[in-house]
Amino acid sequence: MSTKTISVVRDLLATNKQAAAAIRQELRSRGILCVNLLSSPGSGKTTLLESLSGRFKDRYRMAVIEGDIETERDAERIRAKGIPAWQITTGGACHLEAKMVGKVLGEVPAAIDFLFIENVGNLVCPASYDLGEEIRCVLLSSPEGDDKPAKYPQAFLSADCLILTKSDLFPHLPFDPAKAAAEALAIKPGLRVFTVSALRGEGMDALAAYFVEALARLRSAGA
Amino acid sequence: MHELSLVASVFDILEEKAREHGAARVVRVVLKVGVMAGVVPDLLESAFDIYKKGTLAEGARLEVVVVPVRTRCPDCDGEAVREDADFSCAACGSRRIEIVEGRELIVERIELET
Repeated sequence: MSTKTISVVRDLLATNKQAAAAIRQELRSRGILCVNLLSSPGSGKTTLLESLSGRFKDRYRMAVIEGDIETERDAERIRAKGIPAWQITTGGACHLEAKMVGKVLGEVPAAIDFLFIENVGNLVCPASYDLGEEIRCVLLSSPEGDDKPAKYPQAFLSADCLILTKSDLFPHLPFDPAKAAAEALAIKPGLRVFTVSALRGEGMDALAAYFVEALARLRSAGA
Repeated sequence: MHELSLVASVFDILEEKAREHGAARVVRVVLKVGVMAGVVPDLLESAFDIYKKGTLAEGARLEVVVVPVRTRCPDCDGEAVREDADFSCAACGSRRIEIVEGRELIVERIELET
């Protein structure tokens, strides 16, 4: 009996990265803009999607993949708006992985413009998993506090866009949106920052326009 | 807390390598884990110890090499090791920083018994 040491140098996330690359390629070829929404539980991801569905109505078609540990509730809320939605229940897992999204992808109608993926509410683990999205948005709601970018840098570092939500509560809370944005920008320069109240609709036009511009860029690059 | 699912990926690699080299047992596993990889080394070790029971790595020792965040500045070419979440260049203050190391999750090498 003898022992030998062998060099492996294998990325543990390689399988996920390959699955994500396949999803990205497929969605690009179909001309669909995929957006991955990350945040803590309760920061307003589903409400944001409900509000966007109203903005896109009759002009753009969207579909939603919902990730949650349990229940169909979020998918039901989205379907109630007339939007096709698929619920992935992870049964305890703290994040979505690309292969879970890949399984649903075949059912997503070809004739849509936007595919939103609402990740499991968690500001830590989902940051490590590419789902094949074009845009990764991190939501930070005012009740969570403006110190979150510094405390959870991985999520902000991996994002393209920061959405400060529940702006209607700003006057009532010790939340400084400028500080939250500055801290996030210190981690990720170039991050696009939006401030919205999805309940009241404030700031939603600018956010919708950002997604529409990104869709146009995706399609002109693929044309 | 996704350490257990990462450990499952480690075992896929261990089984593949053991088969490739005709080894009966894995005795040592060395992982490189970046500070910014989003995992906790202690939890990886606990997950590894739970997972290994009844496998070819039952008696294996896991070593986690923690990799600090190393940045490179495209403006002045300065490299630095960062211990905080300040992603500006220590030399010239530029904010266009690239993270060269510190986000990896890699099975670096393993020791097999043949």
